[in-house]
Amino acid sequence: MSFNHKHLIDITEYSDTDIMTILETAKAFSAVNERAIKKVPTLKGKTIVNMFNEPSTRTRSSFELAEKRLSADSLNFGGSSTSTVKGESLIDTVMTLNSYKIDMVVVRDKHEGAPYIVTQHTPAAVIDAGDGKHGHPTQALLDLYTIWQRFGHLDGLKVGIVGDISHSRVCGSLIPALKIVGAEVTLIAPGTLIPMNPEVLGADRVSASLDDVLPELDVVYMLRIQRERLEGAPFPSQREYHMLYGLTEARERLMKPEAIVCHPGPINRGVELDSYMADHPQRSVILDQVYAGICVRMAALYLLLGGADNGLAS
Amino acid sequence: MALLLKGAHVVDPAAGLDGVLDVLIDGERIAEVGEGLAAEGADVLDLSGKYLVPGLVDMHVHLRDPGFEHKATIETETRAAAKGGMTAVCSMPNTNPVTDNGTVVEYVRACAERAGHCRVLPSGAMTRGLKGEIISEMGDMVAHGAVAFTDDGRGVQGAGMLRRCMDYGKMFGKVFMSHCQDEDLVGDGQINEGPVSTKLGLAGWPAEGEELQILRDIQIARLTGAKLHIQHISTARGLEAVRAAKAEGLPVTCEATPHHMFLNDECIDGTYDTRLKVNPPLRTAEDAAAIRAGVADGTVDAIVTDHAPHADWEKAREFEYAPFGMTGIECSLALVITNLVKTGVIDYGRMVELMSIGPRRILGVDPVSIQAGSVADITVFDPTITWTVGADGYESKARNCGFDGTEVTGRATDVFVGGKQTLRDGVVL
Repeated sequence: MSFNHKHLIDITEYSDTDIMTILETAKAFSAVNERAIKKVPTLKGKTIVNMFNEPSTRTRSSFELAEKRLSADSLNFGGSSTSTVKGESLIDTVMTLNSYKIDMVVVRDKHEGAPYIVTQHTPAAVIDAGDGKHGHPTQALLDLYTIWQRFGHLDGLKVGIVGDISHSRVCGSLIPALKIVGAEVTLIAPGTLIPMNPEVLGADRVSASLDDVLPELDVVYMLRIQRERLEGAPFPSQREYHMLYGLTEARERLMKPEAIVCHPGPINRGVELDSYMADHPQRSVILDQVYAGICVRMAALYLLLGGADNGLAS
Repeated sequence: MALLLKGAHVVDPAAGLDGVLDVLIDGERIAEVGEGLAAEGADVLDLSGKYLVPGLVDMHVHLRDPGFEHKATIETETRAAAKGGMTAVCSMPNTNPVTDNGTVVEYVRACAERAGHCRVLPSGAMTRGLKGEIISEMGDMVAHGAVAFTDDGRGVQGAGMLRRCMDYGKMFGKVFMSHCQDEDLVGDGQINEGPVSTKLGLAGWPAEGEELQILRDIQIARLTGAKLHIQHISTARGLEAVRAAKAEGLPVTCEATPHHMFLNDECIDGTYDTRLKVNPPLRTAEDAAAIRAGVADGTVDAIVTDHAPHADWEKAREFEYAPFGMTGIECSLALVITNLVKTGVIDYGRMVELMSIGPRRILGVDPVSIQAGSVADITVFDPTITWTVGADGYESKARNCGFDGTEVTGRATDVFVGGKQTLRDGVVL
């Protein structure tokens, strides 16, 4: 098995084989997470910095647990304690971290391109844990893992992504990743939530009507309506958004029997989803995604830090 | 002591010159132009193989002084101008304090005089504090030597406000220079809106945000009869609007920068290179081609750099935090020779119109020509020197040149301002 990547930032640098290697490795690590003693010594002696320059609870917790279960030494650096609050530049912060002799930096930043800047100033491996509206590759990988676990394959699946595409870092990685593994992607949103030239991300088509597209979809991927980011109101009201794009019990009749519902969380009940769909025992895989996050991040940490097999040798 | 510039190829369409001639400078002025002039006691400078043209003018330059001396000063940036072959620059008013009164205009001129590297023709703010709310003291600024009015860096957002500025200021006969940007449409746009902005996740700065104000400003110029100059035009449709206005006979001119002609938004893809963050942003390859065509067909009146020095630490940041602007005054002549003249898009005569005659005409300053009696503002360049931008550093205090590392051909060797040499054999004096 060859896996020749140092960084995980731009998912388009990964081949179908690379992505499947991560997913297969994640599946192997899943066994660790099912044990009573959820820890392996795989990354013992490796130092990983979680540099979270903007608030994040879920992604940060998921990375932290993945690091701990692989026995890496991890350092949380960020939030209100960041040096940037004191006026230090990102580059100076990275150079300071380098002096600690670190092996990897996991970067979360509200500015697009920040993880790339970090790679230019550190010898360590870098994982993009979400940068502005640009990308969030481990989220895309955990989504693929979840879908793969349910369907047993990814190629040929019809995936619809519904909601605020233009402000979504998830889409920047998920759409290209879905294309790499052979899925078909439809974006569903009003024009105010679709970016210019969505085809450059790999979208096969764009529709303003959820009802038109829903009957064809194997995977309905609902995005969070990020009210805090939407200055200038791109839709008239939450009520109307829910009416046109909410995935509700009433809309379920339009779905294929085997179709599933994904959401990157945190969910807004009553806005993009109603509780019936969010908690649907067969269709909703939202909590499977959260679990997949641990497995996929363990796989990514392991493979980027030089792992050669499936990680369970020890 | 008189100086005889011998054997250069003189190009000056205003004087109908295009051939090897000698030029005799006596004091501040050109005394004689002709073939085989006798030295008769004058010093002689052999310029064979070089070109001699009316002194170049860059009519869009940020000197950053007063207020932002950590980025650049009038001393450093006029040195950079001389290095680039310029005999004059028009300074932009976004200083601190803003150049919106006679005192600051006076300061800029005094510093430029003391530095002595090139002429500085200050522009003054159109509105007080560049806020777009109150007409600035245009009369006071004109009395102290301002040559034009602009809120460069911002467009005047209100059409009524722009009309008031033009209706009031037109009595001074100066040109109004527009930075065209509809702030409501552009928002916090970082790069041209299109495939690259979507791919990088950076907020888009749509071409229409510029075109709307170009169209509006032309309408207001028609309404008021004021002279309008569109700054750093970057889109094909914007240029089309200027072309139509000219055809109609309106007093509308425009300028273009090397970066909007020779770079495009794809250069930013994958690199997040903040040196390429400029305002208006680098547009598409098709827009760049349209601007080059406009330069050739006469729609574009001036080539300028929008030279915008920033400190290294200001640019070495997240893309969104980095300020807009790149430097370029030291390589604009070379870029034009390399990409427009050597490629046959324009000839040296047209280059002189764009970089010397056009800017002086737009700014309404005395013309300079290679003929007896004219002020001796002269640029001499060697069209064969090949060099790499930035390889030997910069005279500018800043290093944020978007063309850093580019190989170019052609370089200014000697510059005279009012008969006084400011660049000798490529070295700033």
